[in-house]
Amino acid sequence: MSESLLNIQNLTKGFPIRGGILGREVARVQAVRGVDISIDRGEVLGLVGESGCGKSTLGMLILRLIDPDAGKIIFDGQDITTMPQSKLRPIRKSMQVVFQDPYASLNPRMSVGDIIGEPLLVHKVTSSKERRDRVMDLLKLVGLNEKAYGRYPHEFSGGQRQRVGIARAIILTPKLVIADEPVSALDVSIRGEILNLLEDLKDRFSLTYLFISHDLKVVEHISDRIAVMYLGQIMEMFPASELCEARHPYTQALVSAIPVPDPDAKRERIVLKGDVPSPIDPPSGCSFHPRCPYAKDVCKSQEPQLDKYGDGFFAACHFIDEMKAHSVGSELASK
Amino acid sequence: MVNERQTYASMIWRQFKKSRLAVVSLFVVAALVVIALLAPFIANERPILMRHAGEWSMPIFDKASLTLSELDVIKDSSSGDLWFINPPIPFGPTTYDLDSVLSPPTKKHLLGTDGDGRDIVSQLIWGSRISLSVGVVAIGIAAIIGIIFGLLAGYFGGWADMIISRLIEIMTCFPTFFLILTVLAFVGPSIFNIMVVIGITGWTGIARLVRGECLKVRGRQFVHAAVVSGARDGRIMWRHILPHALAPVLVSVSFGVASAILAEAALSFLGFGVPASTASWGSMLSEAQEYMDIGWWLTLVPGSAIFVTIMAYNLIGEALRDAIDPNMKT
Repeated sequence: MSESLLNIQNLTKGFPIRGGILGREVARVQAVRGVDISIDRGEVLGLVGESGCGKSTLGMLILRLIDPDAGKIIFDGQDITTMPQSKLRPIRKSMQVVFQDPYASLNPRMSVGDIIGEPLLVHKVTSSKERRDRVMDLLKLVGLNEKAYGRYPHEFSGGQRQRVGIARAIILTPKLVIADEPVSALDVSIRGEILNLLEDLKDRFSLTYLFISHDLKVVEHISDRIAVMYLGQIMEMFPASELCEARHPYTQALVSAIPVPDPDAKRERIVLKGDVPSPIDPPSGCSFHPRCPYAKDVCKSQEPQLDKYGDGFFAACHFIDEMKAHSVGSELASK
Repeated sequence: MVNERQTYASMIWRQFKKSRLAVVSLFVVAALVVIALLAPFIANERPILMRHAGEWSMPIFDKASLTLSELDVIKDSSSGDLWFINPPIPFGPTTYDLDSVLSPPTKKHLLGTDGDGRDIVSQLIWGSRISLSVGVVAIGIAAIIGIIFGLLAGYFGGWADMIISRLIEIMTCFPTFFLILTVLAFVGPSIFNIMVVIGITGWTGIARLVRGECLKVRGRQFVHAAVVSGARDGRIMWRHILPHALAPVLVSVSFGVASAILAEAALSFLGFGVPASTASWGSMLSEAQEYMDIGWWLTLVPGSAIFVTIMAYNLIGEALRDAIDPNMKT
């Protein structure tokens, strides 16, 4: 097996909550709790989870926008966990990001051409004339008009802005692109276009994606492998093509919540009881146990490890061998 | 596709225009700038253009050339090969018209003369240069210091923020005017010193503003995107954060110019300002004290000039502040 492009080991991050007049730390939001992930070159890893499960924090950690408390990030054979920003700068060329909100991720005071060309400028890759040409080429490639070059972000729709964001991310032909909910803020009607664009670009530039989303259906569409995150931990990992075979109770609940475009479809929904527990004080043992329909005593006391249970299947569950793939999954598969 | 929203600057302008007074003030300030720049052409004791003995010259740029009063003497006696254009106000700020000392407004001296026979209009026009340059240069210095400190404090946070914020607090504790007076007592009053001292005591407001805007913008996603792009801190501060802080800084600058002009006038009034040979609105007022009971025009004219100018800058600042306030958007 070739060496993986990105390897994360036991990555942990908590955010302090300060209180009192002295601003002492009174509690800690445990956003990411010991995550192990590796992404191979050319692979698309989908990361799904509910809001607040730490998936965006994980993305920020990999990009070193925030510093981890513990763990290791090995990117392209280099340990970047504690690398100073100045040494990190050349590495940033091969690691880019597409953000969720196309309204917040583009500087409203910069023209589209300047935004897309900025990575080239700051890395001094090209002369200014070449830069203009490259940006023009890329504008066409992502499906924008060349006239967009001198325009400002507010003149564009959400989908068009996201194309600008994508163009900025790939102009340096990075190795890894972290796509943090790239289509969640967009209309359903243009999600497909943007997803197709991302897929085209991946093939053309042989990119590797970490695709973060809360929408299992979107992730399934684009990913090779899917990792399911819950309360800062990876619950299950499996090949995307075999979504229906995933057995972890949480994954099954997510699968059962995928809308089926058939008004007559009768299916069994798994409605989880309660809310997501607070990440300030995560449950003991398996963090999913308060909501798990199959929870037993051992789940409350012992934390399950992410273990292999099939070819390409990993899950953190004490009873994974006793679980069956959910019937809804097979129902979906039959359509 | 392309929606009709306008750029930020044009949006502010549209909002700004709604205030009639502010637009008038803008014209007043523009007029003052023009007057200050063209002062030598408007009020001078030498002709703008002259032909004498077949030679053309521009005596206003030549301190050694003959003044209008001297020319008048020659004109009568010379053969006629003497031709010149008078400036609209044929008196310099230091032209002593000894025939009409303390003259009230007349046709010759539109706003009268002072106790030394100097024309008030001419002094007013030349004084506007002092006011304008003090306002612009002093606040320019203040803005540069304020922007740099504000960016450093807001962007880096931690120790930098701690030190700069304390410095700002210490600076604001001092009664600025007396600080300026004290410093000027040491370094000696000159127009340059006044500008520098007002500048280095007046940056705190701008620094605070920039720091606040910086904190607000720093967490936005496009700043993260710039970091991921590999942009250096300097570039992020300059290209990504500062443009967002410029509008509020402009408001602050507008008010700052007003208070700098006032400070200069007050300093000159107290005799700590420009040298007596240079006309300034403050020094005009100061000299007017002697003749308070007989020469009403001596106080009224420079006083009104100060009042109108400061009013104009304040109104502009106020309208700008309203224009950039998103809650005012209609």
